[in-house]
Amino acid sequence: MTTKYMDAQLVEKRMSSRVRKNTGWKGLFFASTLFGLVVLAILLVRIFTQGMEYINIDFLMNHLSTDASRAGIMGAILGTAWLMVVVIPVTMIIGVGTAIYLELYAKKGKLQSFIATNISNLAGVPSIVYGLLGLTLFVRALEFGNVILAGGLTLSLLVLPIVIVAAQEALRAVPGQLSEASYGMGATKWQTVRRIILPAALPGILTGAILALSRAIGETAPLTVLGIPALLIPFPSGIFDTFTALPMQIYYWTIDSSLVAEYANLAAATIIVLLILLFLLNSIAILIRNKFQQRY
Amino acid sequence: MIKALIFLLFKEMEGGCRIMATSNKNRMSVSEMIEQQKKKRKFFNQLERLIPSLLLIIASISVLTTIGIVYTLFAESVAFFRNVPILDFFTGTILKPLSQNPEFGVLPLLNGTIISTVIAMLVAGPIGMMSAIYLSEYAPDNVRRVLKPLLEILAGVPTIVYGFFAFTFVTPLLRMIFPSIEATNILSPGIIMGVMIIPMIASLSEDAMSSVPNSIREGALALGSTKLETTFKVVIPAALSGIIASFVLGISRAIGETMIVAIASGSSKNFTFDITQSMQTMTAYIVEVAGGEAAAGTTIYYSLYAVAFTLFVFTLIMNLLAKYISRKFREEY
Repeated sequence: MTTKYMDAQLVEKRMSSRVRKNTGWKGLFFASTLFGLVVLAILLVRIFTQGMEYINIDFLMNHLSTDASRAGIMGAILGTAWLMVVVIPVTMIIGVGTAIYLELYAKKGKLQSFIATNISNLAGVPSIVYGLLGLTLFVRALEFGNVILAGGLTLSLLVLPIVIVAAQEALRAVPGQLSEASYGMGATKWQTVRRIILPAALPGILTGAILALSRAIGETAPLTVLGIPALLIPFPSGIFDTFTALPMQIYYWTIDSSLVAEYANLAAATIIVLLILLFLLNSIAILIRNKFQQRY
Repeated sequence: MIKALIFLLFKEMEGGCRIMATSNKNRMSVSEMIEQQKKKRKFFNQLERLIPSLLLIIASISVLTTIGIVYTLFAESVAFFRNVPILDFFTGTILKPLSQNPEFGVLPLLNGTIISTVIAMLVAGPIGMMSAIYLSEYAPDNVRRVLKPLLEILAGVPTIVYGFFAFTFVTPLLRMIFPSIEATNILSPGIIMGVMIIPMIASLSEDAMSSVPNSIREGALALGSTKLETTFKVVIPAALSGIIASFVLGISRAIGETMIVAIASGSSKNFTFDITQSMQTMTAYIVEVAGGEAAAGTTIYYSLYAVAFTLFVFTLIMNLLAKYISRKFREEY
């Protein structure tokens, strides 16, 4: 080791151990990558084997019941559907509007960077904090009560940063030549935005919006804060009805499974329904991206 | 209302293109047509000038959200600290919100939060980091293209599903190894939280490592180092700011995670370091109290906001820290 010049023999001697070390670590790195996937596989297998036999027409269509053999999740499915009815238009309008402002209208300056920083900070706020905002603002101050509108608006605020960032990226990807050509034909700014830039960015915007939506319908924490009743309630039929949602149902059945063991299986069956819904949404997002994404 | 306005706007604009066709049918004189066009144009010009301010109003909703969060948390926390001295809150080791003589010490919750975060990071840190090294340095292109999206699925699973899994599968599994473990404990949600954070650390660290230019890598390889030596002595130091930032974001995510701990760690407010016992995190406390019958205006109701404010400040500091690290210490090539 103290030789001042390279010792060919020494280098050769250490070479094989260095190469072996490299191979060994490579195996470890690969195993780590697989670890997450193995856990995912166990989770899916476990939930499907536990819940699959409980999924049938009755389970999907029935009202909630304390009797595990008769309980159904139609109310939760409808609740989740109604939440989507609120979340989709609210996030689309506010999200795309904000993105258009930031990308196309705002002058580069303090205001624009302030709004952008604010959005990236909002993305890091824990979802439970949004729940408290929803409780204070929508349920209490605006006196909506714990209805679908309050839940939907809370979830909308939660996923808004995702939609904004996705829409910004989509708008940015539209090449400048397109809008310049539009201006060259005498179109005004808004005409260009509305007829040229937005249609070109639409697939990207939709993909982001669907991903945000799937985040929203899997979210539980904000809803637990809003005070969603675990009681048997009638099916919701409008945005001013109280409701339960799929993740809330999973939550109640899971924590009660220490009292009634069968509830755990019902929770697993509900998880399957939720996962299938999320899988469909994500497939649609990927489909849109592959089918309509234009390369310029 | 905004939606209706925008809808109206779109309809008006489309009307503008069709005017030639309709006017032809009605056999308008040329001067009439010119008059009408002028009117239309004036209307559009006004709209055109309105749109930036309309969009600014929409964009300011995100700012209003932040203000709303900070204001509600702060205002209600102030109400709480009128009943409970601020020092007692931050130094108290006993949390008994429902007893006759309620005590509101936040330390048991802080303790639960920190312990679950440490467990999660012990899982997610090394595994996420090693996954990132594999994906960035070792994996052939086609393998990476398969593995990366699969890993991202882990991040897309709703946290309630992880909570269910931790409670009904991991805890019974742990009981085979440690028979003394409680039915609700901090260890099992901690581990599962780590699994949830793996893809976040893996993909952010991978981004940081892949952005290290290849010329540097090739230089190290040309000097005779193995891939492992190149990774540890060249790539990782060069990407360190991004890697650390991903860890800090992972910590922030773990602090704010709610459903996994709310389900699998129970609601006992012990101030203990025994990870086989039930502990409550700040997030789980909020779920428990808000889900129960905390009437508005009571001290226990206000305690929600004081805890949430603490939580908010913690995660905000972590997020700002991550941003600062990745900006300040980035190596430019």
